[in-house]
Amino acid sequence: MSELLKQTPSQTVGPYFAYGLTAEQYRYPFTQIASGKVADDTVPGTHIRIVGRIFDGEGKPVPDAMVEIWQADGEGRYAHPADSSEGARGSNTGFKGFGRQGTGVDPENRFHFETVKPGSVGEGEAPHITVIVFMRGLLTHAYTRIYFADEAERNAADPVLQSVPEERRATLLAEPDPDTHGLYRFDIHMQGEKETVFFNV
Amino acid sequence: MNNSKVMPMTDQATTRDWQSHPPYLYPEYRSTPLRAPTRPLIPIRHRLSETTGPVYGHEAVGPLDADLTKNARRNGEPLGERIVVTGRLLDEEGRPLRNTLVEVWQANAAGRYVHLVDQHDAPLDPNFLGAGRCVTDEEGRYRFYTIKPGAYPWGNHPNAWRPLHIHFSLLGPTIASRLVTQMYFPGDPLLDFDPIYQGTPENARERLISRFELGVTEPDFALGYVFDIVLRGRGETPFENRS
Repeated sequence: MSELLKQTPSQTVGPYFAYGLTAEQYRYPFTQIASGKVADDTVPGTHIRIVGRIFDGEGKPVPDAMVEIWQADGEGRYAHPADSSEGARGSNTGFKGFGRQGTGVDPENRFHFETVKPGSVGEGEAPHITVIVFMRGLLTHAYTRIYFADEAERNAADPVLQSVPEERRATLLAEPDPDTHGLYRFDIHMQGEKETVFFNV
Repeated sequence: MNNSKVMPMTDQATTRDWQSHPPYLYPEYRSTPLRAPTRPLIPIRHRLSETTGPVYGHEAVGPLDADLTKNARRNGEPLGERIVVTGRLLDEEGRPLRNTLVEVWQANAAGRYVHLVDQHDAPLDPNFLGAGRCVTDEEGRYRFYTIKPGAYPWGNHPNAWRPLHIHFSLLGPTIASRLVTQMYFPGDPLLDFDPIYQGTPENARERLISRFELGVTEPDFALGYVFDIVLRGRGETPFENRS
């Protein structure tokens, strides 16, 4: 095999991404390709909301981050050609599986995703969502995952979650809100005792 | 872990090359110390969740999106030096990434961002937003018309100025190939003093600098700059065993 080309280095998204990447959310006069609404009402499955904040090393919420999520639909199918499961692609046009939100619009710097709870992608895998975090001060984006605290049995068998030191697994769990049906809370801590697990994807 | 189960898996995509990408912590860039993850990243074996990713093509792009000199006009042309920015989007094997979305954003010619948080004392341009997107062609080539961005001051250290740059956002073929980067201009004296550029491994920095090309320059119209982008490879086969 010939020598590989070298990867183009990452650079920070910076503080001023909003009118380019999340223009409608921030009310700039431009469109955006993805939003916090990952699944509209027509998508089959269990509709959920995931809300959270990102905290820096001083415990302050980050007001200028961008969060992206990537997930399978309620039956565990990705809207991508590499997913060869029956009806994976094009059969669920209301569901792209991709969401993007800035944290600078919500008064408490929360991100909000409206989606469906993903199904299990493969045998042994617990439902999960890939999360990418971008912000000023991150020269390279950070990957993490959302698992669901109310899936204890499947979580216990998930190969990725089980590869994480036990005392840190809770940082990857979205917790169902006891008062609001379908609402999950998932905060991301960049540093500190509760530092979220980030993956070398 | 129960290894007797058959785990669905695909070929690994190529890995993130940490000799090419900046570290999380680079104290000279003063936003990093409170935001950089401090614990080692946990390795992850690529399964379907890593070898798939969002697919966006022509349907995501409006007719003027790739021409930043036209896509925000109100009462005239934007001010500044008109340029063409083009290049190829490739994977590490040198294969063109076709029909792939490229998103860009930048400051105006005076070094002012439209973003409300930017309070730099330089004029906004009523005819320039500074955001665009396009889709690569069969050779993986993208092409934008825009205005050459200006330098602007920032608070990182006394008399800190960002070099001229255009932000790029690429989704690529999988979620693992995701890249956000910045394109710089050749010969910019500010590069030597910029902690974002300097935070990049020394042997990789120059890949961030576009090159001027007369062949891309359009006579009597616009200077041409070329910026090729290499994303992580795809992994070879989409087939897998699913139960």
